[in-house]
Amino acid sequence: MRNYRQAPVYAVLAALFAFAVGPLVVLLFNALKTRQEAADDAIGPPSSVRLQNFVDAFQQGDLGHTMLNSAIITAGTVVGVCVISVLAAYALTRLEIRGGGVVTAYLLVATAIPAQLFLVPLFFLWTNLGLYDSRFGLVVIYWALYSPLATLMLRSYFVGLPRDFEDAARIDGAGELRVLRDVVLPLVRPGLTTVALVVGLFAWNEFFFAITFLQDDTKMPVVTSFLAFTQNFSRDWTLTSAAALIIVLPVLVLFLGLQRKFIDGLTASGLKG
Amino acid sequence: MAVPAQGRVADQAVVPVPARRRGNSAHLRARRRFGLLLLLPLIVVNLLVIVGPSFAAMYYSFTDWTGIGGYNWVGLRNYTDLVKDPDFRSGLLHNLEWTAIFLTVPMAMGLMGAFLLSRITRFRMLFRVAYFIPYVIAGVVSASVWENLLDPQQGLGSALGIPGLEGTTFFGDPDRALPAVAFVDIWHFWGFLLVLFLAAMQGIDRELYEAARVDGAGLWREFRDITLPGIRPTLVFAVVLVTIWSFLTFDYIYIITQGGPAGATETAATLLYKEVFEYDQAGYAAAMGLTLSLVALVVMGLYGLARKLGWRV
Repeated sequence: MRNYRQAPVYAVLAALFAFAVGPLVVLLFNALKTRQEAADDAIGPPSSVRLQNFVDAFQQGDLGHTMLNSAIITAGTVVGVCVISVLAAYALTRLEIRGGGVVTAYLLVATAIPAQLFLVPLFFLWTNLGLYDSRFGLVVIYWALYSPLATLMLRSYFVGLPRDFEDAARIDGAGELRVLRDVVLPLVRPGLTTVALVVGLFAWNEFFFAITFLQDDTKMPVVTSFLAFTQNFSRDWTLTSAAALIIVLPVLVLFLGLQRKFIDGLTASGLKG
Repeated sequence: MAVPAQGRVADQAVVPVPARRRGNSAHLRARRRFGLLLLLPLIVVNLLVIVGPSFAAMYYSFTDWTGIGGYNWVGLRNYTDLVKDPDFRSGLLHNLEWTAIFLTVPMAMGLMGAFLLSRITRFRMLFRVAYFIPYVIAGVVSASVWENLLDPQQGLGSALGIPGLEGTTFFGDPDRALPAVAFVDIWHFWGFLLVLFLAAMQGIDRELYEAARVDGAGLWREFRDITLPGIRPTLVFAVVLVTIWSFLTFDYIYIITQGGPAGATETAATLLYKEVFEYDQAGYAAAMGLTLSLVALVVMGLYGLARKLGWRV
């Protein structure tokens, strides 16, 4: 059948598999060990399943608090970006507005503007507006950061949707608002789910703006407070590994459950993350 | 960090929305007004966060602004200082080094992984998901994992007794720090490239491979003669993305080394950050940001030009 053997192909793929997943397995192992065990063997499996590190990490890292902050920031970002971009994408594809082409061109450019360009004035603007060191202030930044991309994704989704239902509803005398709410929203829901997953992942993991715009420990999301935590407990890998696993757990569960939607959405997005 | 949404999204965005028949004009006007209303939230947040501050940065780059209080117009001085600044020059050199690493290592891994995956049938989905997992892990976690694994005393090297790795300092050694930090980012990022390439490879006509098989071509010839030419547009797109990102790289360096040891991992973006938040040189930092954006613009421009000239990229 083939001109080559499959075994070497699988061997290379297995090696890449070990490279990708191995470090996370070690992370799990270390999170289950006692400090002494980790000092004796930093790589191998633990002698028993011991969950005390997770309890300690949760308390000492104040993870209850920071996970809640991350959840608030992520939820605010996802809801805001979905609302902003579904309205915009609908307007751009269906409502024949003047200047729509200019807006679309801007969206393409906006996804390429480096944060380093607008960071400096934005920082001082946010300070003056009282939005510095505020979770809401950070969420507004994420709205702007992710809405161009989300709008483009939804725009291409709308282009592929038939207009017959909308037109039929209009002929029946439905107002534009009702057409949008009762006809369009249900149709666009699969596209919105993809956007929500992609934006949610980026917001949960986002580091640069979070570390720059939030100072107060009680407002920090879990990624930036984890950095301080690892610096305080840098020699205690059992504790930092347990904290790390708690942070990635929600993302991993969602990703493994919905991996196809995630992967398709993320590769279409062209974001570094 | 936001970067070009070319690829699938962009190609679809270029497709014009089909024009509709002209309706009743009062009705049309009402719809347009409604449309503008729906666009308003998008326009407002983008003006406030991105567009306004971007233009302000252009203005401030010609001033000696410290970030607070007044400022003086200094003309091109920030830019002439930038050209002479040895730190900025060495930062850009580190960016170039980073670009060279990223255009080779994760590209080769992604291409090889995607190609081999495209040639098998069993376990393809499993491998694809596994390779992609590091990409969804937060940067601070990836960094912490590898700081542990590459620890000179207690890491992989000493645990497995690997000669050369045992007792070797990576992030704390000026000669190794930059490639070591890049390595962590590569671990996080290469699966993204793989998935991108795999999607493109699945669009290649299967009959080409069958014809090659009849001709007795092996794996390498299939890769070189069919796969590589078949995914060229995606490949070029990936080169553009990776180049731009490499000139803006920040997160992993800030998390792991903060630019150290002895400036060995200082890049343009980490320098810019220090200029604003440590040295209060907001105007100078704005000039830096503008220069960096110019690099991104030139790369994008070349890409756009190549597409326009009809090179099938």
